[in-house]
Amino acid sequence: MVNAKAASSPHLKRLEAEAIGIMREAVAAFRSPVMLYSVGKDSGVMLHIARKAFYPARLPFPLLHVDTGWKFREMIAFRDRIAAEHGLDLIVHVNKDGVRRGIDPFASGSALYTQVMKTEALKQALDAHGFDAAFGGARRDEEKSRAKERVFSFRAAGHGWDPRNQRPELWGLYNTRLRPGESFRVFPLSNWTERDVWDYVLAEGVPVVPLYLARPRPVVRRGGTWIMVDDERLPLAPGEAPETRSVRFRTLGCYPLSGATESRAETLEAVVAEMRDARTSERQGRLIDSDEEAAMERKKREGYF
Amino acid sequence: MDAGLLQLPPLRFLTCGSVDDGKSTLIGRLLHDSRLIPEDTLAALARDSRRHGTTGGEVDLALLVDGLEEERQQGITIDVAYRHFRTSQRGFVVADAPGHEQYTRNMATGASNSDLAVVLIDARKGVLPQTRRHAHICSLLGIRHVVAAVNKMDLAGFAQEAFERAAGDFLRFAAPLGFQTVVPVPISARFGDNVVARSANMRWHRGATLIEHLETAEVGPEGERPFRFPVQWVNRPDADFRGLSGTVASGRVAEGDRVVVAASGRAGLVSRIVTADGDLSAAAAGDAVTLVLEGDLDVARGDLLCPPDRRPAVADQFAARVLWMDEEPLLPGRQYLMRMGALWTPCSVTAIKHRIDVDTLDERPARSLDLNAIGFCNLSTARPVPFDPYAENRATGAFILVDRFTDRTAGAGTVAFPLRRAANIHREDALVDKAARVALTGQKPFILWFTGLSGSGKSTVAKLAERRLNRAGRLTYLLDGDNVRHGLNRDLGFTDADRVENIRRVGEVAKMFVDAGLVVLCAFISPFRAERRAVRELVEAGEFLEVFMDTPLAECMRRDPKGLYAKARAGAIPNFTGLDSPYEPPEAPEITLRTEGTAPEAQVEALLERLKALGHPI
Repeated sequence: MVNAKAASSPHLKRLEAEAIGIMREAVAAFRSPVMLYSVGKDSGVMLHIARKAFYPARLPFPLLHVDTGWKFREMIAFRDRIAAEHGLDLIVHVNKDGVRRGIDPFASGSALYTQVMKTEALKQALDAHGFDAAFGGARRDEEKSRAKERVFSFRAAGHGWDPRNQRPELWGLYNTRLRPGESFRVFPLSNWTERDVWDYVLAEGVPVVPLYLARPRPVVRRGGTWIMVDDERLPLAPGEAPETRSVRFRTLGCYPLSGATESRAETLEAVVAEMRDARTSERQGRLIDSDEEAAMERKKREGYF
Repeated sequence: MDAGLLQLPPLRFLTCGSVDDGKSTLIGRLLHDSRLIPEDTLAALARDSRRHGTTGGEVDLALLVDGLEEERQQGITIDVAYRHFRTSQRGFVVADAPGHEQYTRNMATGASNSDLAVVLIDARKGVLPQTRRHAHICSLLGIRHVVAAVNKMDLAGFAQEAFERAAGDFLRFAAPLGFQTVVPVPISARFGDNVVARSANMRWHRGATLIEHLETAEVGPEGERPFRFPVQWVNRPDADFRGLSGTVASGRVAEGDRVVVAASGRAGLVSRIVTADGDLSAAAAGDAVTLVLEGDLDVARGDLLCPPDRRPAVADQFAARVLWMDEEPLLPGRQYLMRMGALWTPCSVTAIKHRIDVDTLDERPARSLDLNAIGFCNLSTARPVPFDPYAENRATGAFILVDRFTDRTAGAGTVAFPLRRAANIHREDALVDKAARVALTGQKPFILWFTGLSGSGKSTVAKLAERRLNRAGRLTYLLDGDNVRHGLNRDLGFTDADRVENIRRVGEVAKMFVDAGLVVLCAFISPFRAERRAVRELVEAGEFLEVFMDTPLAECMRRDPKGLYAKARAGAIPNFTGLDSPYEPPEAPEITLRTEGTAPEAQVEALLERLKALGHPI
């Protein structure tokens, strides 16, 4: 592990300690927790902190990656390398029914695609393994409806999120009572900002997918953003040809839905420096959020993470 | 230059105040002026402002923080939202608490997670009932630092007099609330004056701007706190390592320190302070660590570690302020689950001493607590729990109450003080026990508990029964309501709470007499099932025999041997059982005596007959 303690500020140390406390609490309180691992930077930070939280014991829960079959190839390679390096118990779940039905991000539309390949897939995996709690890397600063999200977010049987039926959280005394079928989503990074995540990645030497760094990549212009041509499945319009540009990603997901920004930031330090001047939000690159107003809140009610 | 590495931990603060005093606008302004609003969000905001905005086409900053669809449509904030921003000096987490009265619980939630409160006051309206209510809740939840942000100065002509009037009102009102600092700042959230940028319209204000104050505010507790470490999780990867994981709640611990488990009193030495980044020589409040203790100390999740010379109270009875957060009211005697630290235990409120009127802080009588009510209560837990008074230690003096049937978080509480000093007393194991005494006397000890209305014949039958038992060679003792109230319980009256305490004490005495090997006869109205059940649970199965004196109220009133009913009906005795205070008849008494039209001697015969059937031949 990179030893960079000298660089950790009191600000980051406090956030790290808080996340450790939340993870230990969930492991002590729940029968069968799992960590959702999306391969992104937030997942990377969450995993890094989890390994600290239970040290010297091994991670007392498996990792779950909900794959859609459309993730960047580099993400999959990175995921498998990290899992092997740390000897992690990694579960990869794909909604086979969705694949059979031919659901893809193009013909099906991003709303149906997300519903089937992410939301439904997640529910399938949680139910199949009987997990009663799932750690997620969501932060309150990401998006408006998340600002009111609990750290321990209660889901009724069927995984639905009812904003009116959330338990108040006072003094970090979490009410973790559960009945059969009910579950929790637990967000250890609730109080982190995107900036904190990058500062932490830098200070602690947390490994991240190289897609976060600027490199020349084959891209096409779509909907005001750059989409990477990660494989031959991306349908090109007549006359449309990929061009090579120096781009990086602020968030990672399914490659046809993840927009890149032009950048020369080829190192983490340069990315963090660019962040300081950033004048667009992190989720701008995500095509699924801008479908309609309050899209996120609706997706959450249906059980999207 | 932005060093990126902030030298202060994040400041967690709360914004509160009356509806429409501009809380959401202020937070929007803080985010906006610290240049944290991304361009795409601003574009969306301009679009939203035209649709929902209340500022006539101008960008409505409040829309930045009003998140959920429903509340956007209603134009009010219905839940606590946590917002994050940072300046070059410090990171901030803002809890945006709603202004409407019915959401007091959300406001309290925000306050419990904050170290400082920004109370907004409309410069034109001054201190309103909601302002008072929120300041009270902040005070009750232990917030010690307040900024009185006198807002909408633009609408008050940026006049110094308007600011001073509003600030003065608040300072006078807040004086008795025990805040450590109250700092007034004149602002205009809508136009940004004195929020982040110094106002050109209010040059008369020489104090700090809001952000300058927040960047430098010291909010740590006054003085140092003793070491407290709630054990959250036992880390036991293999037979060689056993660590106690948790976050230091207060104080400091160093390698080699002697610590004790608060509840058991067992002591051990801290041999290692383990973290993934290497062992530490010491850890302080807020640090998440794993302690290794020398020796094989029995410690589990829920235990509290502390220094041997500065221990918390350990008690199963304590007084606390309880904020009720559930639609279903809090009822004394009903069992809830309590979470304190990492410990869960069944618990009940034995008495509501009073309700606190949050508008005036006056104490008012209450039999139950409704949603959003705050009461001063006595609580009783199923096992002794370690705690500190909340005023001394926020980390170890707070708890939540959970409804056993719905699992909802129904209440939140702050401990005032332990009710019994059983705290520091360790039980002595005696050399002679009940079995030894029974072997000596050859009699089976038990309690005959007579319950019923005043005048139902409890004392009469109990006295006659005791004489019969005595003549049959039984060692007995009669505890009678009136006699006990002359001595042991002469400090108690007849309120529900005092009745509960009266029976609790009698139960403890009866238990000791049973332990001594006696047959104990108790004659008490004892109107509540919960208390009779509590006494039953003090002794072993079969040792508590409930005798229900089943006499109709009309018959009791006719007999009225002490003239009490007459007095009560004349209004001279309040809380008289059967008249204006309830009697809950037993559901499954061992013995029922229907006394109407039967001579007391005949009832004693019936009683002895039943005793024989229950395995106590006289």
